[in-house]
Parts: sequence; structure tokens; C-alpha cells
Amino acid sequence: MTLSQDASLAETGGGSAAPGLGAHPAARRRLRKRAKGALNYLGTMPFLVYVGVFLFWPTYLVVSGAFQNNHGHASLANIRQVGTGNHLHALWETIQLSLGTAIAGAILGGLLAWAIAEGNPNGVFRRMLLSMSGVLAQFGGVMLAFAFLATYGYTGLVTKLLQTAFKLSPFSTANWIYTLFGLGVVYTFFQIPLMVLIFLPSLDGLQPQWREASDNLGGGLWAYWRHVAGPILAPSFVGAWLLLFVNSFSAYATAASLLSQGSPITPLEIRQYIESELSVNTGLAKSLAFTMVVVVIIVMTLYALVQRRAAKWKVK
Amino acid sequence: MEGQMRKYAPSGGRRTWGRILFRWVVLICVGGYLLLPLLSMAEFSTRGAGWSRNFDAWKHIWTTDPLLPGAIELSLELAALTVVGMLFLLAPTMVWVQLRAPKMRRIVEFISLLPLTIPAIVIVVGLAPVYRHLSPLIGQSPLVLAFIYLVLVLPYAFRSIDASLRSIDVETLAEAARGLGASWPQVFFRIVVPNIRQGLLSAAVLSIALVLGEFTISSLLAYDTLQVEVNQLGLTNAAVSVAVALAALVFGFVLLFIVSSVGGGRRRRKQVALPAEGGSNQ
Repeated sequence: MTLSQDASLAETGGGSAAPGLGAHPAARRRLRKRAKGALNYLGTMPFLVYVGVFLFWPTYLVVSGAFQNNHGHASLANIRQVGTGNHLHALWETIQLSLGTAIAGAILGGLLAWAIAEGNPNGVFRRMLLSMSGVLAQFGGVMLAFAFLATYGYTGLVTKLLQTAFKLSPFSTANWIYTLFGLGVVYTFFQIPLMVLIFLPSLDGLQPQWREASDNLGGGLWAYWRHVAGPILAPSFVGAWLLLFVNSFSAYATAASLLSQGSPITPLEIRQYIESELSVNTGLAKSLAFTMVVVVIIVMTLYALVQRRAAKWKVK
Repeated sequence: MEGQMRKYAPSGGRRTWGRILFRWVVLICVGGYLLLPLLSMAEFSTRGAGWSRNFDAWKHIWTTDPLLPGAIELSLELAALTVVGMLFLLAPTMVWVQLRAPKMRRIVEFISLLPLTIPAIVIVVGLAPVYRHLSPLIGQSPLVLAFIYLVLVLPYAFRSIDASLRSIDVETLAEAARGLGASWPQVFFRIVVPNIRQGLLSAAVLSIALVLGEFTISSLLAYDTLQVEVNQLGLTNAAVSVAVALAALVFGFVLLFIVSSVGGGRRRRKQVALPAEGGSNQ
């Protein structure tokens, strides 16, 4: 349609040369269409401007600030500092923490998702577990830290029970929660329900016919998981695991509330450098934040690649 | 033997005793890990001397900390502002894109999902200067936090609204309405909005839940929101702060559960549950 219009325009010498009132009707139509097209894009301007100011501007300031010294001149000093001593160590700890909690969350959450998928797809039980997962995946930060302190802290329920049952001192049974391992146990709490939410649709997508086909061909449980379900689920499992990694990597509030002092992980290091207004090291905070962005971008790129493979087996 | 083995699990295969047993072991172990901290909160906040129970902490929620009611009020106001912003910025844009600028769809989607991947702790580093530059324009009241909260809720709100928009044929509805002489605002408010009500509702609920749980940005910009105050309170009165935290959690659960039940049907329920992916307020 538009092609033939364009062709006729070309034949008549084109209307754009004389866009006045007496112009060719086709040219006027085209002009109006173009104006309307511009108006269509203008409709998204408020949104784009808003996001530009409150999402892209701060992100730009972080990225550009990472490559400046504290006087605003271009410099690699702050970036270089990220690669040294404590900062590198904290980054490594953060990555280890994220790897660990993503693995634990993916396995436990995957099992829980399987247990949910096994039940009645329209049952109340499933609905309740899903709503719970929805809430608990969001249940982070201060409240989660408190929940774990109330359970495993010095006066927590489990600590108290252990104390009464085995006559252990609270210091021998509750110190672990303030270590990196303890932080991992706390993080796993919100990783599991998130895994359920992400992974359940893939499990629901497993067709019963595939299992029946495998059974009819004489395959057992192992053969089914090894040759059918495993390969089909692998990309979505890895994809979910990567999302869990990012989720844990960018988490801040839980750790901040649990560990009010010390900065074993990068997000807490950033807190340390921006919390005091007088801090001269906002450049370093930006460099650390920039490093986090780089890690997230790498992981999300992997995620996009894995997603492409996972889409292959989507039914419908 | 055949008759006994006829039962198939929804995911295929025979439902053997081993399988049923394994399912329950998983449910009990993983479920227990998730439930224990919640039970402990209830236990902790009702703890009296020794092993006795009393509800002092719950009774004193409003009186222990004079700053707490103000913080709750601030968080509720921020939640309301964020929802209003979401309804008047994101929803019209999404409908507009669907009807008038389909080429922008992917761009709007990409941007809306971005806040999931940019950590809040990163945004907050660059945010302080932005707010400083804008302060002549928007002032310095704590309510300016709503601007950044709107960005934080974009991914969740986008997915809820998008799922709703996909389930109806907006183009045809709009064309029909236009053909009958409706203006664009009429199309939006009287045709599209009633049809995507469910999506808007779950977007609003998720936004509220996220704003009420937000800690990272408000604490680092030194605004006294609910979570910041609860965290402070935790240092002085652990029992009351645990009670408040549990109350907030139950409030969130009830809110989400009501919306998931109101929707009805499995599809809708998924809409509510799925947008919770990537919980960004940890």
C-alpha cells in the first residue's frame, strides 16, 4: 500500500518539493501521516523523559563518576582502587555469596517447585504455596533479618531450644549468623520462593505425554530425567539460577540490617562510602557501583543467551 | 495391578509410593525452612518471662516509639503517590504504545524491566546528586522518594499491566469505540481501563508491597520510612520491632492473597505471582 503510494509519488515528481497548500493530494496525505507518526512517538515522551531523569541520569552519573577523580577530572584512579586489597576481596566474597545462595536456592526451590507441580494444578494447596512464594520472594530487608535473629540469634527460638536441650551457650550456637555463611543462609530464604516463581512455569510445561512416551519405550525414572526432562529443563534451570545470582548480588537491605558494622560485601562497602556526607570517597562508591553494574551486565547477557535456548521447548 | 497403577501425576508418570514420599519430604523440609523464621517471629514477639506468653509488644506498637506512626504514615503516603504515578504515567504510556506506536513497544518493555537488573544500591549512588539538582523544582520533602519508587516498581507494574493488555484485543475495542464517536480520553478511561482493571489492581498491590518494604534508598538518603524506623527500633526494642515486621508481612500477604483470589482463574493468579520475580527490595 505505502509502497505503491511512494511509487506514484516518485512518478509525479514527489510532493515534498512543494509542500504548500496547493500540493499534490498524495503528498499532503503523506505529510499528515508523517505528522501523525511524530505525534504517536510524542505520546511516549513523558514516560521517556521521566525514566531519563530518574533512571538513566543517576546511572550515567555512576558510570561517568567511576572514571573521575574526586575533583571531577577524568581518571582511572578509583577504578584501579577497586582492583586492590579489601575492595577486590569484598567483590569476590559477594560473588561467592551470590554463587552459593543461587545454587542452594535453585536446588531447594527447584525441588519445591517440583513438589508443587506434582499436586493438583487447581488446588487450594498450590494456590496458597504460590501466594506464599510471591510474598516471601519480596520479603527481604529488615524484616527478614529480624526473622532470622528471632530464630537463630542469641535469644532466638532455635538457639534457646538448643540451649535448653543440650546446655549449649548462646555464643557457641548463634555466632554463625553474623558470618558470610550465615548471610548465605538468610539470603537462601528469599532465593527459594523466587526460584519457585521462575521455575514452576517450566515444570508445568513438561508434557505428560513425554513421560508416557519414555515409559512406553521402557525408560525408567533415571532414563526419563537423564534423557528427556533434564535436557529440556536445563536451559530454564540455568536461566533461573542466573536470575537468582543477580538477585543475591544486588541485595542490600538484609545484609545492612544484619551487619550494622563492617563491610564484607560490596553493597555494604558502598554504604560505607556514601553514608557520611563528608566522605571524600564518593568517587570510590561510584567505582564500586560501576563494578557491580559490569558484573550484572555480564550475567544478564548470559541469561539472554540461555533464554533463547529455553524458548525452544516452550509449548504453545 | 493395572488398576492400582492407573493414577498418573499431573507432570506425567505413575504416582508411586516413593514419589509421594519424596514429595512430602521436600515439602516438609523446604517448607519448614521457610516457615520456621516466621513462627519464630510470632514466638519472639509474644515472649514473656521464661517460656510464658504475653502480648505486651503487640500492645505497645503505637506507643513505644514516637517516630513510628509518622514513619508508617510517610510510607503509606509514598505508596499512594507511587500508585498514582504508576496509573498516570505507565498505564497510559503502555496503552498509547499498544494503540498508536507499536514500534515503541520493545523499547518501553526493555526500559520498564531495566530496574530489575540495575541494583538499587547502584541507583542510590547516582541519585543524591540528581535530587540535589532537582530540589528547586520538586522540593526536599521526604515525599520526593515517590519519584524513584515509581522507577523501582516499573518492572512489576509493567508485567501485570502487560499481561492484562495481552488478554484483551485493545486495538479492536479502541477502533470500535472510535468508530462510534468516542474521543481518545474516553477510549482510555471508559473502554481500556475497565478491561485491564485486574492488571492495574495487581500492579497497584505489588507497588504498595514494594514501597512498604523499601529500605535501601530511603535509609541511604536518610529519610525516615517504615523500614528505616523499624530497623532503628530493632536496636532498642527488639520485641516490638519484630511485632511490627510480622504485622507488615501479614499485611502484605493478605493484600496479595486477596488480589489473587479476587482475580479467580489460574491465569490471573499467575499474573499476580509472577511479577514478584527478582524481588528488588532485599
